Amino acid sequence: MSDVTTVLLAGVGGQGTILAGDVLAKVAVAAGHDVKLSEVHGMAQRGGSVDTVVRFGPQVFSSVVDPGTVDHLIAFEIIEAARKLAFVKPSGRLVVNSRNIQPLPVLTGTLSPPVGLIAALDYERAVFLDAEELACEAGSPRSANIVLMGAASVGLPFDEEAWREVISARVPPKTVDANLKAFELGRNACEGGACEA
Amino acid sequence: MSRTLMSGNEAVARGAWEAGVVVGVGYPGTPSTEVLENLVGYEGVNCQWAPNEKVAAEVAAGVSVAGARVLVTMKHVGLNVAADPLFTQAYAGVGGGLVYLVADDPSMHSSQNEQDTRNYAAAAKVPILEPSDSAEALEFVKRAFEISEHYDVPVIVRTTTRISHSKSMVEVGEREERDIPEYHKDAGRFVMMPANARVRRVDLARRLNELETCVESCPENRVEMRGTELGVITSGVAYQYVREALPDVSVLKLGMTFPFPEALVGEFAAKVERLAVVEELDPYLMLRVKALGIEVMETGLPQIGEYSPGLVAAAFGAPEPELREPITDLPPRPPLMCPGCPHRGVFYALHRLKAVVTGDIGCYTLGALPPLQAVDTCICMGASMGMAHGMELIGSAEKPVVAVIGDSTFAHSGLTGLLNMVYNGSKGTVMILDNRTTAMTGHQGNPVSGVTLAGDPAPAVDLEALVRAMGVSSVRMVNPHDPGEVYHVLKEEVAAEHLSVIVAKAPCALLVREKADPFAVDEDACVKCGRCINLGCPAISKDPQTSRAVIDATICVGCGLCVKVCKSDAIVPSGAACDIGGRWS
Ligand SMILES: Cc1ncc(C[n+]2csc(CCOP(=O)(O)OP(=O)(O)O)c2C)c(N)n1
Repeated sequence: MSDVTTVLLAGVGGQGTILAGDVLAKVAVAAGHDVKLSEVHGMAQRGGSVDTVVRFGPQVFSSVVDPGTVDHLIAFEIIEAARKLAFVKPSGRLVVNSRNIQPLPVLTGTLSPPVGLIAALDYERAVFLDAEELACEAGSPRSANIVLMGAASVGLPFDEEAWREVISARVPPKTVDANLKAFELGRNACEGGACEA
Repeated sequence: MSRTLMSGNEAVARGAWEAGVVVGVGYPGTPSTEVLENLVGYEGVNCQWAPNEKVAAEVAAGVSVAGARVLVTMKHVGLNVAADPLFTQAYAGVGGGLVYLVADDPSMHSSQNEQDTRNYAAAAKVPILEPSDSAEALEFVKRAFEISEHYDVPVIVRTTTRISHSKSMVEVGEREERDIPEYHKDAGRFVMMPANARVRRVDLARRLNELETCVESCPENRVEMRGTELGVITSGVAYQYVREALPDVSVLKLGMTFPFPEALVGEFAAKVERLAVVEELDPYLMLRVKALGIEVMETGLPQIGEYSPGLVAAAFGAPEPELREPITDLPPRPPLMCPGCPHRGVFYALHRLKAVVTGDIGCYTLGALPPLQAVDTCICMGASMGMAHGMELIGSAEKPVVAVIGDSTFAHSGLTGLLNMVYNGSKGTVMILDNRTTAMTGHQGNPVSGVTLAGDPAPAVDLEALVRAMGVSSVRMVNPHDPGEVYHVLKEEVAAEHLSVIVAKAPCALLVREKADPFAVDEDACVKCGRCINLGCPAISKDPQTSRAVIDATICVGCGLCVKVCKSDAIVPSGAACDIGGRWS
């Protein structure tokens, strides 16, 4: 179904992938698309791997995706980017937060940390940014998810204004300014072709 | 009318509201929980958490007999608990429309099994509707109320995780306000003693007979003819996968799958050269199609786990898409207890005690995972105490046996297990982990925490007094953030010749808004003993070079558990909290 665009947001429970996916879905609705979004709640949210899928186009059937079908992978963490790589089409785009959250078996020394992920993802033409650093610059460390959506937005067919409207309506009122700034910083980090695959 | 994006759970709530429900009642359980959490936001509906699904179904039965429309919600395993009222209510029938929203969890994202609720509909002889997106979830719930009242029977609406937690476009409408008729006693219908039940059993057969006619022509069951070469019978979310993977095939989309529309299936089968069935979980449709003597194509699709468009496409011979080379050998990322979780200290103490732990279901089930691995069993909600008692009867475990149960689970189905221990003279040890909430499912209030679904205060159960009143003489309170205290109290109680209950009370870390300053490791003092690392706290790691402990100040919430387990005073307050802030808060 080539007229449907598939975005996969991958991260670790607690990183705000659900809110980010919701923002993207609402932007796509505002642009007149049929939209489906799928996320997993519950057990996995306690620090496990989590993902949210957003698909939009003239008519969308499935909200779950298979390997080799994702157009945009927005990874909130490096290991999760690597875990989801096979889901991305060969022509797909990868935006990766350069932060690393080691899983518990690595923290406790039971398993060794994976090596060479940046190089491997770089080879796959991933674009990296430090979302936490930009979020701090925006004035709210918790806006890293919106920084990443700013970066994602560069490759998605929606007006900047539409994003800003949805973000303003969706985040807690006190944090609107910081989140709009976060969006802008993420977008700037990728503009001028820096984020083009 | 307006179109908006809603999850299946939001759409079910909306549908119930539009149908004029007056009461929503249930017990939390992924993926069903958000239905009531949304419904409570609508005007004119009284929404409540019950202590368990059986009580919820009984409250719903009362509302229905009193003449009003009611929605009762639960996850699939909740219907095991509520099955008793359901099976007999089918005989009795309804007053106001009575709809069960039951959410299945194929692939067990957040569940202990993946039972298929459609079998319950057939066993209890009640109609079941299976929406395949949010728009249908809203419509089917409204229809379910009409069917319930028209055919005088409770109706199940069955969703699955990908319906409940996927968002898609819905058309919303207005609420239909309904008058509640005056109550009239009708003992022949609602007193299900044998003489009456025998009459109602025959009447249920009559009602089912009418429903069998209904399913053949109802709008929920529809034929989409595209070609005659291949026809697929499908239901629920599997319909979406069929449409995506096989856009050109004819489809018989079944929205009401009990009673089973035999004639419709026969007609559809006659129109296509080959017939296949695509459904998640049990071969519910498949067996019924085959029972009609219709030949069904072998697809090799599994009866375990969720489907996807790719899985369906491959089963019908589509070529594999081109893939990137996967990156392999990545460490798994299992869920874990949050930093500051009060359960951690308890499992550290149980691990030290080398106890056999009969566990229960909740965040504390994570105590079964490395590094503590301090849980021996987890079967279903409330099982911890029955199982501890059973193990005590055999006495084969050399080690002490301790039952561990959360506050919400204790209120759900723990009371009877404890009563059994009292009654049958157990000398066992029970720990109630009272974290003041139902954490696992997203922090719902419960009778122990004393917060209602609407967020209002309720009388909070005094666990100590309750347990004493049940006949437990030794009741001890401990601070779960002090594993030394927990260990010593446990040690005394497992050795004692009496039944004891230990209540570990401290709020869930995610409910604590104010974070304390983080700690740091004094490198010179750290002797690399690994005690703090064994807590399995995501803020603490072992430096691969030096083997010393390292604390990530961005994750640490300053609970101080590691300070208490450190024997060399190497964990100290850290001055400068990192400006990045905890991601886990
Ligand atoms: C019969 C049944 N109903 C609901 C659930 C979903 N569920 C799993 S654990 C849980 C409650 C956990 O609360 P609590 O015992 O207080 O432990 P906590 O998660 O707070 O540690 C619920 C509702 C289930 N597994 N089985």
